[in-house]
Amino acid sequence: MYKSLAEAIRDAEARGVSLSTVALEAESADGGRSIADIRHALSRALTVMRGAITQGQDPDLRSASGLVGGDAAKLISGPAGPLAGTLFRDVLMRALAVQEVNAAMGVIVAAPTAGGAGVLPAVLTGIALARNIPDEKVIDALATAGLIGAVVAERASLSGAEGGCQAETGAAAGMAAGAAVEMLGGTPTQCGHATALAQQGTLGLVCDPLGGLVELPCVFRNATGAAIALAAIEMAMAGITFAIPADEVIDTMGEIGKEMDVRYRETAGGGLAATPTGRRLAKERLVQIKRSDG
Amino acid sequence: MVSLLDIIGPVMVGPSSSHTAGACRLGLLARGLVGGTPQTARVELHGSFARTGEGHGTDKAIVGGLMGFRPDDERLRTSLDIMEREGLDYVFEKTTLGDDSAVHPNTVRITVTRNDRTAVMQGSSLGAGRVLVTEIDGYPVEVTGNLHTIVLVAEDVKGSVARIATLLADAELNIATLRLTRKQRGGDAFMVIEIDEQPGEAVRDTIRALSWVRWAFRLDKVGSA
Repeated sequence: MYKSLAEAIRDAEARGVSLSTVALEAESADGGRSIADIRHALSRALTVMRGAITQGQDPDLRSASGLVGGDAAKLISGPAGPLAGTLFRDVLMRALAVQEVNAAMGVIVAAPTAGGAGVLPAVLTGIALARNIPDEKVIDALATAGLIGAVVAERASLSGAEGGCQAETGAAAGMAAGAAVEMLGGTPTQCGHATALAQQGTLGLVCDPLGGLVELPCVFRNATGAAIALAAIEMAMAGITFAIPADEVIDTMGEIGKEMDVRYRETAGGGLAATPTGRRLAKERLVQIKRSDG
Repeated sequence: MVSLLDIIGPVMVGPSSSHTAGACRLGLLARGLVGGTPQTARVELHGSFARTGEGHGTDKAIVGGLMGFRPDDERLRTSLDIMEREGLDYVFEKTTLGDDSAVHPNTVRITVTRNDRTAVMQGSSLGAGRVLVTEIDGYPVEVTGNLHTIVLVAEDVKGSVARIATLLADAELNIATLRLTRKQRGGDAFMVIEIDEQPGEAVRDTIRALSWVRWAFRLDKVGSA
């Protein structure tokens, strides 16, 4: 697999093919699996992603602690805001839905991680529905997202415990942005700019879940991560470029993660988890978790 | 090397790849050490597993794994109910298995019994659903569950490795890795063999029939790849 997005973009541009093409070929060469086989696995992932989005629209859904759940439904039936009826609101709903299902021990695709699982399906399936994009192209986009995630894993990290939330929902936003631009007909170079634009908007983001649970703020970080991805996609499709290449933005994310105090890396020792309300809620809710609920 | 399918995956029951999916895989590996669903289990949770495990469904995931549920099986949510209904005697304890420098924060020690066999396994969830079993029945091992694995304890006799290798080759099984550890010279040897293909029961039984093999079990691969 590629360790540099610039290399993948160069190869794809030179041959006049998409990033998903070079990603699938590299994956096939590495693991000895046929491209059809890999696409089949991605197709299954897409089915699970859509299942989670549907399941997450249940207004009665609650996490084990009761801390999160039921908010995706509010974006469906709740009062209108300035974005009512738009793709933007639908994508926010989808991101919340997947992450609420995750918090309630439902089935999701960890892409790249369970904690950041809402961003990619929300952005890709939301755009695909609004723009009538066939599943074949969404599956290709998942391959491109996988390529971008693999580059992040190689150069930086995909773990909140190692690099904060910039490594989870931040990386997910970069993956979703680059993948969606390919799905919308952008060039590999534009995909790179979209990834850089999304990842730069999440630099420094800490991982500070209440009580160490993948619930709060994780559910909402997925929605705001998806929003950042949409902003990056819109800019990249308009022809806006980002001067720092995606690889270097990813390297920067990794460096910031290494410097990040341990309190901000999934330990519940800092950030929102350490606020007076955060501490109180975590204490109350952890007591509530009973063996047989769920 | 990072695989694209490791990034877009695994498909799993939430909420945490380390505390839920990884925990389930450790349960599955412990199950394999007694060849099926254990009747009793003692689960000792260490570090972050002990502190935040309940909120992450770590207990449910381990129990599910012990009962043979995989990380994407929705029954993980209700595994504690199923366990009680099946009359299985599994108990949980929070403990400290060692210093933070020596023991991974997401570590569990599982003691399982099925019929007349008891096994003790210690393993850690390393993140992104990856696991590492570090100890089986007191022997230091490294089992990832990424491949099909045969574990066996044999008397420390000359030529044992060659004999096992030949036996697997005859069954057209390709050895990916083979590790031998022993507590002392001349003492029993613990063999961990990772295999590309899934070994059949016949191979396991042939290995068990060797006079110098004390016991042997097949562990199905639990990784996503």
